[in-house]
Amino acid sequence: MTIPAQAIRHKYLRHNKKFPHVWCPGCGNGIVMAALLRAIYRMELSKDEIVLASGIGCSSRMPTYTDFNTLHTTHGRALTFATGLKLAKPSLNVVTIMGDGDATAIGGNHFIHAARRNLNLTAIIVNNSIYGMTGGQYSPTTPFGSKSTTSLYGHIEHDFSIAELAVTAGASFVARATVYHAALMDKLIEQAMRKRGFAVVEVISNCHVQYGRRNKLGGAVEMLKTYRDNAVTVKKAEKLSAEELAGKITIGVLTDREMPISTEEYKKVRQRANEAEGEL
Amino acid sequence: MKEKKTSPDQPATTETTQTPKKKKLYDIEFYHDWCKACGICIAFCPRHIIIADKNGKPGIEDPDKCIGCRFCEMHCPDFAITVCDRQPRRRKDDI
Repeated sequence: MTIPAQAIRHKYLRHNKKFPHVWCPGCGNGIVMAALLRAIYRMELSKDEIVLASGIGCSSRMPTYTDFNTLHTTHGRALTFATGLKLAKPSLNVVTIMGDGDATAIGGNHFIHAARRNLNLTAIIVNNSIYGMTGGQYSPTTPFGSKSTTSLYGHIEHDFSIAELAVTAGASFVARATVYHAALMDKLIEQAMRKRGFAVVEVISNCHVQYGRRNKLGGAVEMLKTYRDNAVTVKKAEKLSAEELAGKITIGVLTDREMPISTEEYKKVRQRANEAEGEL
Repeated sequence: MKEKKTSPDQPATTETTQTPKKKKLYDIEFYHDWCKACGICIAFCPRHIIIADKNGKPGIEDPDKCIGCRFCEMHCPDFAITVCDRQPRRRKDDI
């Protein structure tokens, strides 16, 4: 189904905000935002049913431009605010948008425990391997040996994979896409929003201004080309050895499992407690 | 008045759309006020028909060559590209 771009633009963007948006030319955040809006358009939800929560960072500017119920919260705490929202009003469709530093550095604990708790939330994590907004400091996903303003002579720490962390922490749906695979990305976001349980979509995005420039990876076009050349689908990745997979990006649905959701379990606990009280 | 204006153009457009060999045509519009000239649409167009102007902003020379893949529309970070099916021309002054 082709989605008319005008419909998305006119229906979901806040036109009283200053456009063009603040992101740098060619920034992947705009592509992620378009994919999210296409996914919401496909789901045919009304704008009042959706809450977009975000923390601090480049990608967290996204709710500012979209005309849903939006929440721009403190650094790393998008998921905590979203948890509160979901517990207070479980009928809402809550989506959180975080960057890699936001979700896994300052909000790392919130992220793994939200995944463990398995609330019915959707988390979209835009991974651009660096803290872009604050001036290019290294983040937990900055690869070993790469340069940033706080690792001028090469990064000495190792990075970790956000999607695999989410799988281990117990999220019920985990998927990964890159900004080059925009059509796949909006399908994955739609799947994640339809999923009952904690759903994580990691989007590998380009920060050519802070990360690409320092590491000589080229501009937006060159970085998108590397994503195109290095992406491997989950099916293909199963056949490849670990050595062949080094430096590749596995895209697609990594985990999709059914697990009890904590809001529903909480209802059951309340019922059981009420019954026990009645017996006494 | 409107009907009089459309009537001379009408038969020509219906002929072109009804002939089976004619491929589907698309129109691409660039909203230059929102464009930041990142060059993604120019670099990734499978037909290489999007060409930069002197400011680096995209333009299209031969829209008939567009295959309607919508790659540029989906990958534009600034919501500045619209690809739509070509509508039949209703008036003489339609672009």
